[in-house]
Amino acid sequence: MKLSDAAEGQVLIIKKVNGSGVIKQRLLDMGLGRGEKIYVERYAPLRDPIQIRVKGYSLALRVAEGKLIEVEEIFNG
Amino acid sequence: MDKKFLKIAIAGNPNSGKTSLFNRITKANQHVANYPGITVEYAEGEATFGNKKVRVIDLPGTYSLTAYSPEEVVARDFLLKENVDVIVNVVDASNLERNLYLTTQLLLLNFPMVIALNMVDSAEAHGITVDSKRLADIFGVKVVPTIAKSGCGIEELKQACIQTIEEGCKIKKLSFPHPINESILQVEKEIEKINTEKRLPSRWLALKLLEDDPLIIEMLRDKGNPAIFAEYEKAKKFLEFHSGDDSRTSIVEAYYSIASGACRDCIRMSETRKRHISDKIDQITCNRFIGPILLFLIVYFLFAFVFKISEEWKWIPLFNGEFESPTGILESFFDYLSESAKNKIQNDFLRSLISDGIISGVGGILSFTPLIFFMFLFIAAIEDTGYMARIAFILDRVLRIFGLQGKSILPLLLTGGIGGGGCAVPGILAARTMREEKDRLITILVAPMMNCGAKLPVYAMLISAFFYKSKTQMMFTLWFLSWIFTLSAAFLLRKFLFRGEQTPFVMELPVYHLPTLRGIMMHSIQRTWMYVKKAGTVILFINLIMWFSMTFPKSNKTPDENLKNSIAGKIGQVLEPISSLAGFKWRENIALIGGFAAKEVVVSTLATAYSLTDSEDEETENLSEKLAAQSDWNKVRAFAMMVFVMLYAPCFPTVVTIRKETGKWKWAFFSTIYSTVFGFIIATLIFQIGSLLF
Repeated sequence: MKLSDAAEGQVLIIKKVNGSGVIKQRLLDMGLGRGEKIYVERYAPLRDPIQIRVKGYSLALRVAEGKLIEVEEIFNG
Repeated sequence: MDKKFLKIAIAGNPNSGKTSLFNRITKANQHVANYPGITVEYAEGEATFGNKKVRVIDLPGTYSLTAYSPEEVVARDFLLKENVDVIVNVVDASNLERNLYLTTQLLLLNFPMVIALNMVDSAEAHGITVDSKRLADIFGVKVVPTIAKSGCGIEELKQACIQTIEEGCKIKKLSFPHPINESILQVEKEIEKINTEKRLPSRWLALKLLEDDPLIIEMLRDKGNPAIFAEYEKAKKFLEFHSGDDSRTSIVEAYYSIASGACRDCIRMSETRKRHISDKIDQITCNRFIGPILLFLIVYFLFAFVFKISEEWKWIPLFNGEFESPTGILESFFDYLSESAKNKIQNDFLRSLISDGIISGVGGILSFTPLIFFMFLFIAAIEDTGYMARIAFILDRVLRIFGLQGKSILPLLLTGGIGGGGCAVPGILAARTMREEKDRLITILVAPMMNCGAKLPVYAMLISAFFYKSKTQMMFTLWFLSWIFTLSAAFLLRKFLFRGEQTPFVMELPVYHLPTLRGIMMHSIQRTWMYVKKAGTVILFINLIMWFSMTFPKSNKTPDENLKNSIAGKIGQVLEPISSLAGFKWRENIALIGGFAAKEVVVSTLATAYSLTDSEDEETENLSEKLAAQSDWNKVRAFAMMVFVMLYAPCFPTVVTIRKETGKWKWAFFSTIYSTVFGFIIATLIFQIGSLLF
C-alpha cells in the first residue's frame, strides 16, 4: 500500500521510499527511512496534503509525495 | 589565538531556536546579509566571549547538509570554505532524533564543535529529559543545555566555545554498519592519495561521494585520480546488493540510526504527555471545516490590523495634543518639507528638482515604512508561532491548481487580495517564507497584479466619472477580476516558463510556540531598516529620471504644451498608434508612464495632462467631471483603462523590491514587461470587444 492510500489514524511502517533526486533526498532527510513507524494524523481540507507523525514530530507532505512511500499497516499500534 | 576575531558559525534545523540563540549571543550587534546572487540570507553579528571578540554567523536553518537545496549549499559552503573556529550546533531537545541527524553530518566534518541543547524547558514540559553529559560522551563534544528564549545557559555556551577552541575537541569516530564501513574504507583510501591539504576529512568526502553528492563528485573529478571513481562504482554496487536500496538511501539510513541510537541512549521519557497541547490546537486549526474558516478570520483581522495601525488609526500623540497615524506623521512631515522648499527656493528649476524630484520621491518611500514594519512584525509573529506552516497546509491544494502553493497566499493577500488597500512591496517581501524557488518566483511575479492601495484612487476617479450609479458593483468586479487575472497569470507562468518537476513540498509542522516580543521586534526592525536603505537609494534615482523626463525640454508655454513637448510627452505620442488599440491616447500614455513611479500618479498626471490646475482635494472630482464631458471618453474606454492599471508594470518601488528579493535585474525587467504585455492584451480585448457591443 502507498502512504497516499492510508486513512486518518492509521499506524504504518515504511517498506520502501521510491523516487529519485531532490524528492527522495528530502523524504529521507525528514526521517522517512525504511522501517520507520509513522502515524497518519490527518488530511488537509481537500485531502491533500497529508499530515503525519514521524520520529515524534509532525510532517506535511503532498499526496504526490505520499505515492512514493510504500507502507504496511501495523494493527496493534 | 592571535587572530583579532574568532569566527563562530551557528548551524541547526529550522525551528530549533537557532535565531533566538543567535540574538541572545550577539544582542543587537548584528545585521542581515544576502549571499550574492541567491536569496538565502544569513545574519552576522559580533559578541565578546570572556575577553575575546567573536564574529558570529547564523547559517540558514537546514535539516541536512546535501547539495539539494540552496540553504544547504550555502550552509555547507560556508563551513567548508571559511575557517570557522567552532561550530555551534543548535539542537531542539524536544525533537532530538531528527535534530541529531544533522549533528551526525556536522560531526563527520571533524571541525571543533559544541552542541547547544536548546529548548530543554519545552522538552521537559513534554515529558522529555535529555542527559546532556551522556550525549557529550557519545559524540565527544561539549553539550550545553540552553533556553534561548530566556537566555538560560548562554554564558555557559560561550565558555564551552572558548574551551573547545583552546583545548580542541576529540570527536568520536561514528561507527557505520559493516557494509557501509567497508565501502567507505575503499573509497577513502583512494581519496586520501589526492587529499593533501587535509582540510576536509577524506572519510567525509568518501561518504558524500557515495551519497552521489553532485558538488563533491565534480570536485573530485578535477583531482585526477580515476581510481576514486572505480572504487566508487564498485562500492555502490556492493552497497546496493547488501542493503536492497541505492547507496544514498543506505547511508542516510545509517546517519539516522546513529541519531536514533544516541537519542535512545540519552533520553528519558516520563509519561506520554508529549506534544499534547500542540496536538489539541492542531485538531482545531487543521480541522477540515473549522480550519479554513479560522484561517480566514485570523488572516483577515491581522491584515486589517496592520493597515489600520499604520495608516488609519490616529494613535500617536503630537505636541499640539492631536493624534496622528505613523504614516500620517511621515506624510505631513514630507509635505511640510516640500512646501517649505517651494516657498524658500527662488530658482524655478531648483525648486521643482528639490520638492518634486527629491523630497516627494524620498517621502514616497519613507511613508511606506510604518506599513512595512508592522507587516514584518505580523509575519514574524505568525511564523514564530508555527501557524504559517498550517496556513500552507490548508491552502496548498487550492493554490497548486494555479501553479502556486500554500504559502503564496500571504503575498497575495498583503498586496490587496482582501478587497484592495494592500501594497505589493510588503507582499513581495512576505514571499521570503517560501523556500521553493520556482513557487516563490511565480508568486513574486504575479502578486503585483492584485489591487494595491495605490490603484484605488485611479479606480475611484474613473468610477465616479463613468460608473457612478454602480460604484459598489464595479469595485467588486475589479476585486474579483484581480484574483482571476493574478491566478491565470500564475497558471500561464507555470505552464510556459517554470515547467518541469514541481519542487517537493515536504514541510515540518512545528510545535506551536509563543513568540517573544523581543525576538520579533528585532527581526522587524532589521528588515525594515534594510528596506529603507536599499530601496531608498534606487527609488530616489528613478524618481529623478521620471521628474526629468516630464519637465524637459522646458518651454515657457502652458503646462499642457510643456508636457506635450517633454520627453515623456514625446514618448506618449510615439506610443499612441499602438496604445489606441486599447483606447489610450497620448495623455493617457503619459499618465500611465507616470504610473510606473507609483500608480496613484496616474490620477495627478492625467489631471496635468488635461490641463487642470492643482486644486488639491477637488482634483479627483474635477478630473472625473472633465473626463465624463470628453467626447472621446466612454465607459468601455474607462473600464479598459482600469483593468490596464490593475495589470500593467508594477510601480518602481515594487520593481526594485523584486530585484532585491530575486537577486536579479532579469526578473525585475521581466516582471515589468510581461505584465505590461499581459495587461495590454486584456485591455485591448476589453476595448475592442466592448466597443463593438456598446
